[in-house]
Amino acid sequence: MSSWLDYTINGLIVGNVYALVAVGLALIFGVSRLINFAQGSIYLVGAYIGWVAVVQLQTPLLVTIVLVATAAAVVGLIIERFGLRPLQNSVRIAPLLATIGISFVLDQLVMLTFSPNPRALPSQLPDIRFQVGQGTIGPLDILIAAVGTGSALLLFVFLRYTKLGWAVRATAQDRDAAMQMGVDVNRVNQAVFGIAAALGGVSGMLVGMYYNQIDTAMSLQATLKGVVAEVVGGAGNVPGAVVGSMLLGLVESYGVAVFGTSYRNLFAFLLLILVLVLRPNGLFASARQAPPEPLTGTFIAPSRPVRIPPWALVITAGLFALLPLFPVSDYLLQTLINAWLLGMLALSLTLVAGTVGQVSLGHAALLAIGAYTSALLSLNFSLPVGLAIICGGLMTAALGTLLISPSFRLRGHYVSIATLAIGEIVSLVILNWESVTHGPIGVSGIPPLSLFGYELVSAASVYWFSFAVMVLLALLQVRLLTSHLGRSFRAIRDDDVAARAYGLSLNRYKSLAFIFGGFAAGVSGGIAAHLYSYINHETFNTQQSILALTIVILGGLGNVAGAIVGAVALVGLPEAFRIAAEYRILIYGIVLLLLVRFRPQGLLGTI
Amino acid sequence: MAGAPLLSLRGLTRRFGGLTAVDGIDLDLGQGELVSIIGPNGAGKTTLFNLVTGLDRPDEGEVRLDGKDITGLAPEKLAGIGIARTFQLGRVFGNLSVMDNVLIGAHARLRAVKPAVPLIGPLLELGLALLRPSSVKAEEEGLREEVRRILARFGERLLPRIDQPAYSLSYANRRRVEIARALALKPRLLLLDEPTAGMNPTETAEMQALIAELKAAGLTILLIEHKLDMVMRLSDRVMVMDEGKKIAEGAGEEVRRDPNVIEAYLGHGLSQAAHDEPEEVA
Repeated sequence: MSSWLDYTINGLIVGNVYALVAVGLALIFGVSRLINFAQGSIYLVGAYIGWVAVVQLQTPLLVTIVLVATAAAVVGLIIERFGLRPLQNSVRIAPLLATIGISFVLDQLVMLTFSPNPRALPSQLPDIRFQVGQGTIGPLDILIAAVGTGSALLLFVFLRYTKLGWAVRATAQDRDAAMQMGVDVNRVNQAVFGIAAALGGVSGMLVGMYYNQIDTAMSLQATLKGVVAEVVGGAGNVPGAVVGSMLLGLVESYGVAVFGTSYRNLFAFLLLILVLVLRPNGLFASARQAPPEPLTGTFIAPSRPVRIPPWALVITAGLFALLPLFPVSDYLLQTLINAWLLGMLALSLTLVAGTVGQVSLGHAALLAIGAYTSALLSLNFSLPVGLAIICGGLMTAALGTLLISPSFRLRGHYVSIATLAIGEIVSLVILNWESVTHGPIGVSGIPPLSLFGYELVSAASVYWFSFAVMVLLALLQVRLLTSHLGRSFRAIRDDDVAARAYGLSLNRYKSLAFIFGGFAAGVSGGIAAHLYSYINHETFNTQQSILALTIVILGGLGNVAGAIVGAVALVGLPEAFRIAAEYRILIYGIVLLLLVRFRPQGLLGTI
Repeated sequence: MAGAPLLSLRGLTRRFGGLTAVDGIDLDLGQGELVSIIGPNGAGKTTLFNLVTGLDRPDEGEVRLDGKDITGLAPEKLAGIGIARTFQLGRVFGNLSVMDNVLIGAHARLRAVKPAVPLIGPLLELGLALLRPSSVKAEEEGLREEVRRILARFGERLLPRIDQPAYSLSYANRRRVEIARALALKPRLLLLDEPTAGMNPTETAEMQALIAELKAAGLTILLIEHKLDMVMRLSDRVMVMDEGKKIAEGAGEEVRRDPNVIEAYLGHGLSQAAHDEPEEVA
């Protein structure tokens, strides 16, 4: 019995921490209808600033908290001023992509400064436990609860009784009306980002102290948890975010009590998917909301795509096909094989994110499904590799679509969150389903690529194989886009309300896009599995999802040729310039940010 | 009106929190009739359209088309049974060409490429879109021809811009694309939400002529419009809404002289003064 009380206390304490992140997200969503994917990065920055203060400067606790809050607020202000304000009149996808880019840049900067190894963050508080009923509670628990409750109260007073607080609430209710009444919306945004960042930073520091450990993986987890709590409470609803956070903390804590630690995140994401499906406006939203006003502007940047004459495409493809006949190094071929595999992933993502407007952040999960299916089928059932790869593609088409289908009712940012969560779920299932996936050990000894009994040993043969598959998938996709499905997908992206009014079922057409895109991604994963001969749950990770997204933006959303050009550019150029691996993600993030700001239509234009 | 009504609304009600946006509306619309809905801003006209076209669900009441209960059906289903609408602020697909925008209007009529097979229907659609047998090609070509004919109704406004993306069109042309898209559905019931909003007098006159043409061709139309002159010329009947309620219904002139209507437009206290000079209302 006592342990249950302990789990409840633990759940509420963790809930307090989530609340600090979620309240910030809710404030930002309230005034700018934006889910700030960089919130977790600020939390990470807060944790590391806390570490510098505690370990290197040895500041007393109160000073540490003030220092962390101030530094994090400055980061928040910088994000608002330079990352988001320039995008105010931009297409709807731009701020979403910008916060994703910012989060990767910040995470990488922290990682490069402090190294990815975990560090201990001592709590500065005496390590004693008080008996409460039949459970125990420590001074740190009390501190976290006090900071959580204290910030909630301060925030309440700020929103209720200060002029700026009124302006924030007015802007949240009706931005245009607030502007007409003379509210300086930029100042409101600054205030909100500053507050959100201060809370997020302090939260990161407290968590670091709570677990006595900080590492760079905290960022993504915090974003996800904060977003889950916020969505559960109803996006933009500040008190809802607090309640959602407590609920999430308790669900996780009890889940861990029953099933064990490795399932902690699974519960969070299942809760998210459940809420998104059953109550997409959150648990506390009024039963039904007014139908959304007609949206002005377009989701993606309108542009006239660069027209490449067909003969130029044929000649370019021909040159790449003949490349292995020339005296080129295996290294060049290997690099291009990577580009072709990523090209297939980018084809898939440019279809769902560009053509249908479902910005998936968990696309690497599709690679993983294809890779595991193909690897296990060829290992356990001795299926010929070619056939296994096709089965991998089909399985990904089916399973991927099924998993992503809860997000079909959602829009914009919610799709990105749902797909991010689904990606995490896939990775957690692979990790925990040991009887099939071998869990953390991974799958080794995967048979090499072979076709009709002939092993593809030389780099040239693998090159030709992957190039041919990619070109075939690209041609199929072009054919798809020129059919009635192409215009249907794009209509849903541009205005799903109008599309539905003309008979387009969102479920049906989003499914078809994910089936087609899932197949391409699954085939790419399958080929990769046989090429690497070893895969585990970390082979296909969020970094690849982000790389694919950057490729797709670089090439131009929805642009088939652009996806391939983008893949060659983003895989090839870092190789050509021998950029060290740890700087690459940073560069991808910066490229993403620069593109969103200065060339949102990408190199070849959106379609 | 002769025979059973095509569209019939009974006690249609929609509340948003404390506000009753649509309050117990009854309305019958006969085959081939054109009924206009007028009323001050915020009277609930567009919300009523949303309830009829499935974008929103009523809290109470029912919607019948040809006697069949269609209350709360999804918009994509309603498009399938022949209800088409335009939107108040204009919702064209910005990145699609004029041709593609109007082709989307015909989506609910696609047959060859969308076999009505349960469960695997969507997969067949994907397969047919990729393989494109002759039946699918013929259907697509036929629809494209039809779109050109529809666009020709707008004279030289849209045809020369058929391949341009909709975002590059003028405001008035976007409204025209919306109407062309609605016509491509071959609707049994057409709902037009302020088709001439933001148009100059010449453009308004053109639009009025087009709507008159559609009416003459036997189309049943429900029209929301603020330009009373046009309403009076086009409508068989006029329904006036205020604060969610129907405050008057009848022939144009009748409604125009109704003291309730005058009061709704000019506010309490002023109605007596206005009553002396009802022409000012229009």
